[in-house]
Amino acid sequence: MSVPVDMSIATPRPEATAPAAPAPAALIADGLVRRFGARAAVDGVSLALAPGACLALFGPNGAGKTTLLRMLGGLLKPTSGTVTLAGHRLPGDGAVRRLIGLISHHSMLYAALTARENVRFAAECQGLVEADAATTAALERLQVLDRADTPVRLLSRGLQQRVSIARALVHQPRLVLLDEPYTGLDDVGARALTDALRALRNDGATLVLVTHHLGEGLAFATEAAIMLRGTIVATEAVTAAADDRVSANGLASTQAFAERYRDLVMAGGA
Amino acid sequence: MAVSLPGAAPAPPAARGGVDGLLIVALVACAGVIVRALAFTPVDAMQGPAQKILYLHAPAAIVGLYFASGLVAISSLMYLWLKDPRLDRIAESSAEIAVVFLSIVLATGPLWGKTAWGTWWVWDARLTSTLFFWFLFVAYLVLRGAIEEPQARARLSAVMGGLATLLVPFIHLTVYLFRTMHPTPVVLKPSAPSMSGQMLSTFGMSTMAFILLFAALLRLRVRWATLRDANLERQSV
Amino acid sequence: MTIASRPAVRVPGFLADSWRIARKDLLIEFRTRSAFLAAAVFAVLSVAIFRFTWDATAVPAIDLAPPVLWVIFTFSGLLGLNRSFGVELADRAMDAMLASPMSREAVFAGKALANLVFVALVQALTIPAIALFFDLPAGAWWWSVVGVAVLAMIGLTAVGTLFAAVASNTRLAEMLLPMLALPFFVPVVIPAAQATALLLAGRPVSDVASWIKMLVAFDLVFVAACTVAFPYTLDE
Repeated sequence: MSVPVDMSIATPRPEATAPAAPAPAALIADGLVRRFGARAAVDGVSLALAPGACLALFGPNGAGKTTLLRMLGGLLKPTSGTVTLAGHRLPGDGAVRRLIGLISHHSMLYAALTARENVRFAAECQGLVEADAATTAALERLQVLDRADTPVRLLSRGLQQRVSIARALVHQPRLVLLDEPYTGLDDVGARALTDALRALRNDGATLVLVTHHLGEGLAFATEAAIMLRGTIVATEAVTAAADDRVSANGLASTQAFAERYRDLVMAGGA
Repeated sequence: MAVSLPGAAPAPPAARGGVDGLLIVALVACAGVIVRALAFTPVDAMQGPAQKILYLHAPAAIVGLYFASGLVAISSLMYLWLKDPRLDRIAESSAEIAVVFLSIVLATGPLWGKTAWGTWWVWDARLTSTLFFWFLFVAYLVLRGAIEEPQARARLSAVMGGLATLLVPFIHLTVYLFRTMHPTPVVLKPSAPSMSGQMLSTFGMSTMAFILLFAALLRLRVRWATLRDANLERQSV
Repeated sequence: MTIASRPAVRVPGFLADSWRIARKDLLIEFRTRSAFLAAAVFAVLSVAIFRFTWDATAVPAIDLAPPVLWVIFTFSGLLGLNRSFGVELADRAMDAMLASPMSREAVFAGKALANLVFVALVQALTIPAIALFFDLPAGAWWWSVVGVAVLAMIGLTAVGTLFAAVASNTRLAEMLLPMLALPFFVPVVIPAAQATALLLAGRPVSDVASWIKMLVAFDLVFVAACTVAFPYTLDE
């Protein structure tokens, strides 16, 4: 049962600072390398994503997807190479970091605090002036407002993940990085997540989604890539229809991609 | 012409004769000093033959407290700046050698105290500082042992090493202030014994021998660590 | 990029960030209460045990009270420090904080502040307990003792919070933290104990000046050093 989720609610006040000149691409990674000792977890990755693009990144365990994602989010410094977001180098100052939202299979919540307290804390850390209003709006969008004052540890895994998504999106980031967000989610939760992400993408945000679920990944991705042993070995644009109905085009495209993925992984000996 | 000592790692081809030569020189020097201290140096009038432990105790303290500790501090701080794994290996090796030398100090101190003036422990500046630093270096080594990932291990132990550098003056100051408030008998002067000319030269020679020994042990230990790390990297790639 | 839909922000300062983090930590702690109860029970029980094993004819109360106070201070402080980073690592909440605009130094200051409040509350129980159990005479010098305790708390929390961050990266975190931190507590606990002993004996504050100066110096140096060192404990 699909409940429409409207993510494009514009907040009343305009931004206080002068608007930045539009950048040609929202996220640019150039020659990213990250070594741990002699081992290169990420060994030369470059990509460019325009606003509104969604990259679905697939790959076996140990391919370096999480390491790449952490570099894209400014949590990890590359051994060499650069990441640029909206023209600013990462890791950057507060203004750039405010553009980023992180979602992962870890909830990044404080179990003893309520959903509202968790999301409010995140809103205040991002410096939102109307933290309370933004918190309520975010919880409402993810349909957990009725459980807002329950301690997170008492919520089911699916509800926790929705609170985590509310936490990640409360400040309306322009770049959302997702590390296997569907892990442990039930159907309702997965549906709410997909709806929220699709709305974000329609609003012009850039998404990078790391997942093992080909179906969910390709459902609203605009590009797909396969990562093996630290490098991206294949990319392609996704032409599947961006709605619930999986068109004949979409199904064929998914199957073809799945076969290619399987071949590449087998060939890579992973 | 590689000389192999029992128990030592085989010298890498590039250093044939180098490391082992230094160790031999150092061991010979130490043996020579021991002989000189026991047979050719006058016996102290007040404390008797037991005073000769000083020739072991004080130089060990000098090497342990100043050379080894200083090296741990410097290499830790430089690692935080330069991130060079060689600096981490130097810090690791110096810390182990520091524990060895400080253990010698802590073992000989009570021996000397008991035989020379009848108490097992004297709260003199050197012995007390040594005790605290011994705990500090043991903690440093335990920390290293508790982290498996090499980069994280190097980084976190360098943080501790760097902070330990700042701790040093505070410990010395605490001990000094404590002793000012609770002075030990002036007659015995364990920290600054008065020595005749011959005793002073034995003391000086002993210190030099220990410094040589420290250098030799350090080189051996750093080489061993380099080989170990190279081995681990080959296995993990 | 559409600008109109971005929410309004006001960049919070270092103090606001730190205070928010401290408040969050304290809220969590007092909702679960586990560590505080453990520390408080440990402190009061220890005082009682010391009291009952004490032979009043052999050692006067004024000689025993300072060591008891500072031994308990050291170990109850450690109990509180252990939980400091556990809550961040459980569900990777630390990642969210690090990805936000807040500075690493603010994260450290916030955590240290929360620990300081924790330790202060335990001390607020311990000091009266000791005064009570050991029948210490009341007097104006109690305020000097409290002053010494405050100075000692600052140094202990700074160093303890940093080593809690270091230890949280290791396998044996809870066992490792005392080993790492105790050598650093020495220049805090010895001056504090000596100063307390002199003050309880009725000596004027000027007599303990050098001990107090050392505490102040330690606080200044290590609060700065630990704040600078904290970012190096993060895996970045």
